[in-house]
Amino acid sequence: MDYFKEFFKGVWEKNPTFVLGIGMCPTLAVSTSVSNAIWMGIATTFVLIGSNILVSAIRNIVPSHVRIPIFITIIASFVIIVELTLKAYQPAVYKALGIFIPLIVVNCIILGRAEEFAAKNNIPASILDALGMGLGFTLNLTVLSIIREILGSNKLFGYTLIPGMKPALLMILAPGAFFTLGLLLWGMNVIKARTARFKRTE
Amino acid sequence: MEIKILFTILISTIFINNYVLSRILGLCPYLGVSKKLDSAIGMGLAVIFVMTIASFFTFIIYKFVLIPFHIEYLRTIAFIIVIASLVQLVEMVIEKISPALYQALGIFLPLITTNCAVLGVAVLNIDSGFITQEFGLLNSVVQGFGAGVGFTLALLLMAGIRERLEIAMIPENLKGLPITFITAGLMAMAFLGFSGMKIF
Repeated sequence: MDYFKEFFKGVWEKNPTFVLGIGMCPTLAVSTSVSNAIWMGIATTFVLIGSNILVSAIRNIVPSHVRIPIFITIIASFVIIVELTLKAYQPAVYKALGIFIPLIVVNCIILGRAEEFAAKNNIPASILDALGMGLGFTLNLTVLSIIREILGSNKLFGYTLIPGMKPALLMILAPGAFFTLGLLLWGMNVIKARTARFKRTE
Repeated sequence: MEIKILFTILISTIFINNYVLSRILGLCPYLGVSKKLDSAIGMGLAVIFVMTIASFFTFIIYKFVLIPFHIEYLRTIAFIIVIASLVQLVEMVIEKISPALYQALGIFLPLITTNCAVLGVAVLNIDSGFITQEFGLLNSVVQGFGAGVGFTLALLLMAGIRERLEIAMIPENLKGLPITFITAGLMAMAFLGFSGMKIF
């Protein structure tokens, strides 16, 4: 098995949000600032790794008709671990992410990876898959949040960029999230079409 | 007095804090099922139904099971299991009682378990402090119903627009998801207008 490939497919080729189109809600809702985005990425990656390891470990004992409830219970347990840890050690982050921490449970990326990958592969491969997918998800969130934080609050990593300039508040509200993702997806389609045309002419 | 509060909750969940366009919850079904108006209606009705009863049951479980045993931290796991089994139960009951309704809603019901708006409304019912109020249960059921109606409203509007977009002239690369997101952004901007609204 090509472990390197398992890791990198989550970052580019099978990127969860931009290519597969899953896990949209947290991507859009949490990307209002870079620090929120990175914390959300870390939390989701942790849950992803934990659930992938456990699901992969029990993949031969679980009867296939009750596997979904079992997977969801496993995921929910890891989400509770994240919730309590953040509440205890990073209360500010816990408050900023709010309802989206319990909602990691219903993030389609995690159940999707458990069902599609971890239930069929051994533990090391599942860990790498989770790491890659988690990294891809975190990168997506970071890209979106950099754009939205610069335009929407005139800041980057919490530091003011141009003093005295009024930011476009719209960008950190819900419409800004939709516009940014729509335009990014458009840009990705343009790049894909260009490379396809370039390959054809070669 | 109580009617006034209920009305405020209803209007604010439908328009001001619309679950899709303002809180950004439940995007997967919103994008997935909004291609045709017929299926959007089915999905919307199923979501209203499940959200209302899910608010009822999660509130009861939180108040009479989790709080007395001091296990509030198990909220997430309890709610997701309640919602998943509830959806299963509703599916079986509808199949027995009304095959016609089952035909209309059937395929959408399993999808609702992973709709984050349903878990979202259950968690928000607890977070908005209804638990200590006198009519908390009624409030949270109304909030669940309103959230479902708001979701359906956004979904139907989007489905109507997307049916038109099918025949519109759009640049090749903008077709599909990108134009849908930009449309959703414009709709969210329109819904922002409600945020200045004062009730009473």
